[in-house]
Amino acid sequence: MPDDPSPTLCAVSRSLAHESAEQHVTGAALYVDDVPEPYGCLHLALGQSAVAHARIKAMDLEPVRAAPGVVAVYEARDIPGENNVGPVAHDDPLFADGLVQYVGQSLFVVAATSTAAARKAARLAVVDYEPLPAAITIADALAADLKIEATQTMQRGDADAALTTAPHRLQGQLEIGGQDHFYLEGQVALAVPGEARGLRLLSSTQHPSEVQHLVAHLLGLEHHHIHVEVRRLGGAFGGKETQAALIAAAAALVAAKTGRPAKCRLDRDDDMVMTGKRHDFTAGYDVGFDAEGRIQGIVIELASRCGYSLDLSSAINDRAMFHADNCYFLQDVRIVSHRLKTHTVSNTAFRGFGGPQGMLAIERVMQDIAAVLRLDPLQVRQVNLYGPGRDVTPYHMTVEDNVAPQLIEELAQSSDYAARREAIAAFNAGSQAIKRGIALTPVKFGISFTTTHLNQAGALVLVYTDGSILLNHGGVEMGQGLNTKVAQIVADVFGVPIAKVRVSATSTEKVPNTSATAASSGADMNGMAAYNAAMTIRERLAGVAARWGDCPPDAVTFTEQGVGAGSEVIPFADLCRRAHFERVSLAASGYYATPTIHYDRATHSGRPFFYFAYGAAVSEVAIDVATGEHRVLRADILHDAGRSLNPALDLGQVEGAYIQGMGWLTTEELVFDAKGRLLSHAPSTYKIPCAGDRPPVMNIALWKDGRNVRPTIHRSKAVGEPPLMLANSVFLALAEAVAATGPGGLPSQLDAPATPERVLSAIAKTKAAADA
Amino acid sequence: MPGETKTGSDTNGPLTSDRVRFVLNGEVQELEPVDPTATVLDLLRYQLRRTGTKEGCAEGDCGACTVLLGELDGAGAMAWRSVNACILFAPMIDGRALLTVEGLAKGGELSAAQRSMVDLHGSQCGFCTPGFVMTLHGARIGGRGTSNVTPAELLAGNLCRCTGYGPILDSVSQAAEPNGSDAATAGQLSALRRTEPLALQWRDAAGVLKRGFSPRSKDELADLLLQFPDARLVAGATDVGLWVTKQHRTLDTVIFLGDCADLRGLEETDAGLTLGAGLSYSEALDALTRLHPELGAMVCRIGAVQVRNAGTIGGNIANGSPIGDMPPALIALGAAIVLRRGGERRTLALEDYFLGYGKQDRKPGEFVEDVIIPRPQASTLVRIAKLSKRFDSDISAVCAAFALNVEQGRVLEARIAFGGMAATPARARACEAAFTGQPWSDETCTAAAEALSGDFDPLTDVRGTSGYRREAAANLVRRLWREHEGLDGPRLTELAPIDA
Repeated sequence: MPDDPSPTLCAVSRSLAHESAEQHVTGAALYVDDVPEPYGCLHLALGQSAVAHARIKAMDLEPVRAAPGVVAVYEARDIPGENNVGPVAHDDPLFADGLVQYVGQSLFVVAATSTAAARKAARLAVVDYEPLPAAITIADALAADLKIEATQTMQRGDADAALTTAPHRLQGQLEIGGQDHFYLEGQVALAVPGEARGLRLLSSTQHPSEVQHLVAHLLGLEHHHIHVEVRRLGGAFGGKETQAALIAAAAALVAAKTGRPAKCRLDRDDDMVMTGKRHDFTAGYDVGFDAEGRIQGIVIELASRCGYSLDLSSAINDRAMFHADNCYFLQDVRIVSHRLKTHTVSNTAFRGFGGPQGMLAIERVMQDIAAVLRLDPLQVRQVNLYGPGRDVTPYHMTVEDNVAPQLIEELAQSSDYAARREAIAAFNAGSQAIKRGIALTPVKFGISFTTTHLNQAGALVLVYTDGSILLNHGGVEMGQGLNTKVAQIVADVFGVPIAKVRVSATSTEKVPNTSATAASSGADMNGMAAYNAAMTIRERLAGVAARWGDCPPDAVTFTEQGVGAGSEVIPFADLCRRAHFERVSLAASGYYATPTIHYDRATHSGRPFFYFAYGAAVSEVAIDVATGEHRVLRADILHDAGRSLNPALDLGQVEGAYIQGMGWLTTEELVFDAKGRLLSHAPSTYKIPCAGDRPPVMNIALWKDGRNVRPTIHRSKAVGEPPLMLANSVFLALAEAVAATGPGGLPSQLDAPATPERVLSAIAKTKAAADA
Repeated sequence: MPGETKTGSDTNGPLTSDRVRFVLNGEVQELEPVDPTATVLDLLRYQLRRTGTKEGCAEGDCGACTVLLGELDGAGAMAWRSVNACILFAPMIDGRALLTVEGLAKGGELSAAQRSMVDLHGSQCGFCTPGFVMTLHGARIGGRGTSNVTPAELLAGNLCRCTGYGPILDSVSQAAEPNGSDAATAGQLSALRRTEPLALQWRDAAGVLKRGFSPRSKDELADLLLQFPDARLVAGATDVGLWVTKQHRTLDTVIFLGDCADLRGLEETDAGLTLGAGLSYSEALDALTRLHPELGAMVCRIGAVQVRNAGTIGGNIANGSPIGDMPPALIALGAAIVLRRGGERRTLALEDYFLGYGKQDRKPGEFVEDVIIPRPQASTLVRIAKLSKRFDSDISAVCAAFALNVEQGRVLEARIAFGGMAATPARARACEAAFTGQPWSDETCTAAAEALSGDFDPLTDVRGTSGYRREAAANLVRRLWREHEGLDGPRLTELAPIDA
C-alpha cells in the first residue's frame, strides 16, 4: 500500500505549483471556448421559458428561423433518441415538451453563424402559455404538499421520549439560502461530428462519462459513438456535475443533425437562470438537554427546495441528514427530511452537497442552547462532541477517527479564543453602534459517495521509450490541483522528476465509465488508481532491471538518481528503452474501488463513509447596528488534510472554501420574484466575495498531526468540500454580534444569508423578543 | 495619410469606413471593417485569436477580461489604465495601445506579476487569472487609478471563485516597474494619429446601417449632435456596453467621447470644481477628494479600478440611473450641470435634470458638457453613506448624502439627497425641513429620521426590501449627530485590526 509519505518520496507532500500555473498566468491554458473553432462552426443559443409552470399551447419558431444568420432550429420533436439530460430520474428534458416547469427552462436550440445572431434570434419565439399554478418557495411547496420524493427519516433511539424527560427543552427555526456556483468559466461545450455517426465533444463537465452516456441515448447511439474530452474547467464546484449535460447535449444534437461543428456557450445571465444551484433549506429543531447543554433528545426537521426535477436531490438531502450531527453525539435523535418540488430550476450539487445546510442547523442548535443557558457556545459544543462510549452516528456508523476534540482544543489555544471572547464582551458593553461576535465551529465531513457504486476510479499510465510518462485518469481538473497531486504520486512511483509526467486531458476513450469528479474524492480515488497503474508498470520494469543488474526484482529501487539494480544505477529512460526491446509492455491501466463501505438507504443505516475529514475555525466579526453592514475581522483555521499530498494546494483549497462558504452565508443572495423569475442573475446583482471581503487577519494551518487512519493514498485526506463548512463560524459569529444588541439569553433570530438587511431584521427581532 | 480610409463592402453594396487601428502587444493592427458596437473582447478572442483574455460575465463586473489600454499623455509618454474589454467597443481603442496577458512574458521569461502568481500559488482553475495578472501588472507600471489604493481595493474589480484571494493580495506590488516597450509603443501611437476624426460605417446582418464617430473636440461633438440629434453618446460604455451584450440592442448611431480631449477639463478654484463631463472617476478622484474626503471615499466604492478608469462623471449623470451613486452626493453639495446644444448652453441644478424613471431633461442634440460642484463651506458637515450587500464594487440599496451647514449649534441649511429610494436620485425635503433652523443635536436627528418617512416610498427589489430601505435610511439620519460627535467610535470600516 502507498502508506505514509517516506523521506524517499521526492514529489508527494511537497508544495509543488499547480501543473498549469504557468499556462494560467500567460493565458496559454486552453478552456473549451479557447480551442480554435473548426471550420463552419455553428453557434448556439437556447430558447427559454418565460413562465414558471404552464402548458405550451403553441410555439411559433418561424421568427427565429427567419432571423439573420440562423441556420437551424431544433425542438423536442427533433431529438432522435431520449429527450433527457437528467442523471438519475429521466425527468430533465433537453427541451420542454408541452410542459414548462421553471422560468428559463430550455425550449429549443437555435444554431446560427455567430453567437450574437443566435442569442438575438432565440428571443424571437412566440410561445403561447396556458399558465398552471406554480410553487416557487419552500412554503408554497409545503402548502401544496409537492414533493420530489418521499420524506425520509433517519433515527436512533427514542427522540420523543428523551425530549419529554430532558431538564431543558427548546425549539427553533432557521432559513438557509441557496447559492449560485459562479464558476468563472460559464457552461460551454463544442461538438464535432466524426465518421460513422461518431461525435467528439469538448465539454466543461465534471462528469465526462455521464455526458457521454446521456448524449448517446439522446441521439439514439451507443456509448462508443461518443467521445467526451475535458482538459480543464474554469471552476465547477458541483455546478458542472450534472448541469453540463444540457449544454453538451444541445451542441451534440446540432452537430449530429447538421453535420457541422457546434458550440454552445451560455451567457452568464442565462447560465445563472438556466442551471441549478445549492438547495435552500429551512431547518427546525426541538431539542432537550441538561444543565451543561448536553443534548439528550433532538428532532431536526429539514426541508429543501429541490426545483422541478430530481437531479441529485436524493443524495444531497441524504447528506444534509448525514451531517446534521456534525461532530456531536445525538443520543436520541430523529432527523426528518422533506424534499420539495417547486417550479424553479432544479437545484443540484454544490461543494458540500447538502452537508453545509445540515451542519449549520446543528450549529444553530448549539448556539441557542448556549444562549438560553448563558454558557460559552464553545463549552456546549465541547460537551456534545463524540467521544468514547458516545461514538455512534444517527445512521449507526461508529466514528473511529474522531480528532475533533484535539483540533478544537489546539485551535482554541492558538486563536486565543477565550481571551478574545472576553475582550469582545467588554467592547460590546461600551459600544452601541458596533457590536462584535466570535464563534468557533468544528467540521466533520464524511468522505465517499453515499451512493456506494460511485466509489470507483480508473487510470491509464503510458511510459514512452524516452522515459517520459503520459498520465491519464478519470478525474477532472477544475482548479483543485487534482492533476498535480496525481502526477506527484506517479512521479514518485518511478522516482522521476515531476516534469517527466505529463497529464493529458480526461477522455472517455482512455478511462471508461468514470464517476463524476465530486464528493471530494478526486485525489483519493484517481490517485490510488493511477498509483496502481504505475505500480503495474514499475513491477514490470523492476523485472527488466533485475535481469540487467542481476538482483532480485524486489531489491530494485526507483529514485531520482536512477533505477538501482545490484551495482547498477540505470537511467530511467535507458531502462524504458531496454524494456521495449525486451517486449515488456509500458502501458497499464489501474483501478480502485473504495473498500469497506455500505449503506442501506431504506433504513438510513450503515457505513456510508470510508473516513471523516475534520477541521475547525474561529471567526470574529463586527456589525453596524444601524445598517446591518458587517465585516469579518479575523479568521483562524486548523484543518486536517491527513498527510497532505501537497500542502500548498491543500491550503489553497481550505482558504478558498472558507471564503466561498462565507459568501454563501453573507453576501450571496438568490432572489426570486413571486413569478419565479430569478432577479439575481449576474455579478451585478449576485455578490460573491471579493478581495476586500477576505478577513484582514487570516491564520490558516494544516493540522500537523493529521494522518488518515484509513489506508488512503499516502494517508492523505480529501480536502475539496470539508473546509467550506469552516465558514459556519462566520454566520454564528454574526449571530453572536446580533445577540449582543439584546440582553442575551435568547435563541438567535438570524437567517442566512446574513445580508445587511437580514442582520438589521434580526436586531429588530432580538429587540422585540427582549421587550416581550 | 495613406490607408486612412478603406472601402468595405457587404451585401448591400460598398460602404466607406475608416478602419480601427491600434497597437496590440507591440504590433500595429488594422482591423477589417467592424461593427461600431463590437466589443474588444470578442475581437480579441474570436478575430485576433488572443484567447488569454476571458469572458466571465460580459458586464464589467468580474474582471476576467481585464486588459491595459494605453495612450499618449500630454508629454508623449505612455499612460496605461486597466479596463474591462467585455464592455469596451472597438472604436474606443482606435489610436491606442492594448496590452493583453499574451504580451507580458518576454522571451519565455514571466513578468514579475506572473512570476509572483505562480510562486505564491495564486491560480487554481486559472480562468480569472489573466485578468488578475493584468490588474497586478497595471499597478506595477503605475496604471491610472492604482496609486493610493489598498491591495484589496486594487483587486476589487476582479472576482476569483477558487482562491480566498490571499496569494493574489500578496502578489500586489506598486513598486514601479517600467513597461519595457513603452518608448516603441509611444512611437507607434504617434504614427497612428489621424488627421480626421474616426468615422465608421457598417451594415449588420439585418441590414441596419450603423455609424460610429469619435469627435476630438467639444465643438466637433456639438456639430455631430446637430447632424445626428438622436445619436447615442458613449463615454466609458460601462452602462451602454450592457445594452449590447445583455439586452442585444442595436445602436445605429454612436458617438464616442473618448477622443474629446477638451471634454476632460478640470478646473479647481476656491468656489469649487468644474469637471468636464468626459472625465473618468479615476481622473476626477483626487480633485473630488480635495473637495471633500467623503466624496473621494464614495468614488472609491463606485465599481472598481477598471470601471472607474472607464466610467465618467458625466456619463453617470447623463444616463439617469436611479441608483447612480454620484448624483445624491452631487445634489447634496448643490451641483449644477451645463448642457450644450450647438453653441447654446444652459445651466441646470442637477436635481432638476432627473425628471422621472429613465427620463432626463436632455433635449435631442444636447450633451452634458460640465459638472459644477460648489466647495462646501467650512461649517458644512458632509456625510455620504452607501449601503450594499457587498462593500466593494456593488450597487447601492441605499445611497445617502448629507450636507448640513451648522453654525453656532444650529442647522442653518440642510441639503439631503438619496439614491435607491425613488425612481430618481432625489432630495429628502421633509427630512431637510426637520433639520433646518433646529439645534444640531441627537433629538433633531431623531426627528429628522422620523420626517424622512414622508419623503420616499421606496421599492422592493433585488437589492433590498422597501422596509429595509426605509429603516436603514432613517437610521443613517438618526445617528448623524452621535457619529459626528465621535460618540459611536470608529466606523465599521475603520476598526483597528485585530492582532494576529
